[in-house]
Amino acid sequence: MSSKEWPLWEVFIRSKQGLSHKHVGSLRAADAQMAIDNARDVYTRRSEGISIWVIESKQVTASDPDESAEFFEPSESKIYRHPTFYNVPDGISHM
Amino acid sequence: MTTQEAFYSYIVRLGDDSLILGQRLSEWCGHGPVLEEDIALTNIALDLIGQTNNLYELAVSIENKGKNIDQLAFLRLEKEYENLLLVEQLNVDFGYTIVRQFFFDVYRKLVFEALCNSSDERLAGIAEKSLKETKYHLKHSSEWVIRLGDGTEESHRRVQEAVNTLWKFTDELFFQDEVDQNVIELGLGVDNSNFKVTWDSHVEHVLTEATLTIPSNSWQHAGGRKGIHTEHFGYLLSEMQYMQRAYPNMEW
Repeated sequence: MSSKEWPLWEVFIRSKQGLSHKHVGSLRAADAQMAIDNARDVYTRRSEGISIWVIESKQVTASDPDESAEFFEPSESKIYRHPTFYNVPDGISHM
Repeated sequence: MTTQEAFYSYIVRLGDDSLILGQRLSEWCGHGPVLEEDIALTNIALDLIGQTNNLYELAVSIENKGKNIDQLAFLRLEKEYENLLLVEQLNVDFGYTIVRQFFFDVYRKLVFEALCNSSDERLAGIAEKSLKETKYHLKHSSEWVIRLGDGTEESHRRVQEAVNTLWKFTDELFFQDEVDQNVIELGLGVDNSNFKVTWDSHVEHVLTEATLTIPSNSWQHAGGRKGIHTEHFGYLLSEMQYMQRAYPNMEW
């Protein structure tokens, strides 16, 4: 028995037309095709999606949690950056 | 044999194939080689049990004697099940399970494709729905046959052993008797001899890609369609029927 583990993949599912793919979780698979198949079995068994993306987790570059103060806090005080002065017409969803 | 009896038997056999393979696959639940595959195998098991449900519902309505489908699934005796011997074979290991599934999926896809044109609309409807599921099962099992066959030395050895052992149950996929003759004549069922060549070439193509060989040993086992089973079947039934026999008429 080999004890080598398959690489980890991040899974993104689009739940319906017009929406973007959303990160739903991760899984292990030997290659991209198996990752797609596994994602289908693990994450869409209750009709959650119509399209799947996978990407090997090691390809993801993440921001450094130690830098979160300089990264994210400065924007907290800049409420004028939120477009709250516009009225969104009725019938526009996903805003 | 009346047409009604033949059609009933034909549908029950289709349902028996799904039920017994579904039961076998469900034995993997919680024991899959990896979490993802555990879910994949049990998804397939559930698809098969769902097909059984639809087929048995059709069977009891054809028979029209007021039976319910639990009686068909859980209260028949061993000789009254007429599934293919292939589907009752033990899981053994993941390689065996995949090879058994692959042989069955190739066959089953051809059956459902043809049954989409059944003169019975209800059966055609079940075939159409089941065909989509079966196409995925076939994709899954084919990819695994290739991965395992063309994988490591150990995976190749194991999956070749499974091919050698299970090959003797493949002729039975094309078994025919008066049940088949009856339903073929009326366009209700399929003439499986029409797609034997397609089955052979599809299987050969995938096994070749997987660097596996088809055994030259030509001896073939049969009997499932007459209710004569291999030794593993009794154990499967006793586990599968336990609840309904211990608590008659229970529902959930």
